[in-house]
Amino acid sequence: MIPTLLTHLPLGSIGGALEFIFQSQPSSVTGGKEVGGPAQTIELALTQLEVTVLAVALSMAIALPIGLYLGHRGVGEALAVALGNAGRAVPELALIAFMAAVIGVGLFNVTIALSILGIPPILTNAFVGIRQVDRASVDAARGIGMTEAEILFKVEVPLAIPTLMAGIRGATIAIVATATIAPLAGVLTLGDYILNRNVYGEDGVLAGAIVVALLALALELALAGLQRLLTSRGLRLRPA
Amino acid sequence: MMLARVGEVGKDFFHERTSETLSCQANPDKLFCFEWAKDNIDRYGTPTVQHVELVAISILAGFAVAFALALLAHRHHWLRTPLLAGTGVLYTVPSVAFFFLLLPLTGRGRDTAIIALSAYTLQIIYRNTMTGLANVPDSVKDAGRGMGLTARQLLWRVELPLATPEIVAGLRIATVSTVALATLAVFAGGGGLGDPIYDHITFTTNIIIAGGIAMLMAIAFDLILLGIQRLATPWLRAARGQT
Repeated sequence: MIPTLLTHLPLGSIGGALEFIFQSQPSSVTGGKEVGGPAQTIELALTQLEVTVLAVALSMAIALPIGLYLGHRGVGEALAVALGNAGRAVPELALIAFMAAVIGVGLFNVTIALSILGIPPILTNAFVGIRQVDRASVDAARGIGMTEAEILFKVEVPLAIPTLMAGIRGATIAIVATATIAPLAGVLTLGDYILNRNVYGEDGVLAGAIVVALLALALELALAGLQRLLTSRGLRLRPA
Repeated sequence: MMLARVGEVGKDFFHERTSETLSCQANPDKLFCFEWAKDNIDRYGTPTVQHVELVAISILAGFAVAFALALLAHRHHWLRTPLLAGTGVLYTVPSVAFFFLLLPLTGRGRDTAIIALSAYTLQIIYRNTMTGLANVPDSVKDAGRGMGLTARQLLWRVELPLATPEIVAGLRIATVSTVALATLAVFAGGGGLGDPIYDHITFTTNIIIAGGIAMLMAIAFDLILLGIQRLATPWLRAARGQT
């Protein structure tokens, strides 16, 4: 098993993929026009990042207020949980295809389709995170005369940051992953390398996959760092 | 609209098109053609069966690996952090990218799809199994040790049964997500319900049927796992009955 794997290790193709990323090359179907190279790779990666950031921001704008409100009031648990479960069951490919077919192609529509994927994890985690806050802390906050808004933003949200951020990280990963198939809806992301094999060749396909994987890992690391920054110092010192 | 085609994915899925189908497809205002759906529902049989196979094999493989890793990490504490980080990286890599990273190694086909899908489930199942084992109260473990259980007996007779709800919860999340993700297996040539979607990606009737089957399948898998959990934890039902 191991020796066969070793002989099949695609060192050659990885070299070809790296070359594709760093050096544009002629393609057989573009009439001599060069494809790949840093300029196009960065452009596609930036588009993917752009549509991801827009979609995550839209999901947060919709899901956070609802999740925080329901969590603070302690109502709508069935709704929050059911929405979280239903959201996981939505097939990405069908969603992108359906939105493209119904409302058309383009950045705006892809952003909406992708944000649909992000809303359930953010809403559910916001709700659960707020509900998990020790009731004694909330009572203490109310006892020293905090308003409801102060309780939410000065006590509950800081204590719920790990769970809140877990939801946002999950949403971001799902959205950046699905943004790979956005070229099906007319937005050229890194998925263009992957889906257009006849233009970019095998090297381009592998190059696209490598850059998409790196982009997702970079986003995850950035959000993990952000979570550290947002966690109040007192909580950071407390053992998990 | 630019439609990218991947290699040999397109089969003769929509080969026979009656004039009525064409008119239905040509009419973009029509969201769902019942006539077409009635006549063509049997086209989704094979993709559905393939989809079930993809999900079932991926979950079984992912569970076997993640469960073994969790038991290893449970015994050897120093393995915990590296295993969590490793499975986390696999979870983060988008599955579409994963398919194409695997292609040079495993080629196009179902195997590639199954490897990528099961790798995706590792983190969810591993983390939930570890959480479940960690949540077993120390007093219960002490009681087990006091009754003379060895470490192995303690694991299999006390800790794992008590961790079952958490483990099954992880399995359910992993399974439902995998049913949805498996529609992307079409990009690895792995078949499944992504095949019909991709073959006719602007025909909403088709997308609704195939997407609907996938969502129903997710619900069905979820209910089956819930049933298994009920059967595997009879003491929870007894406790609920008493209070």
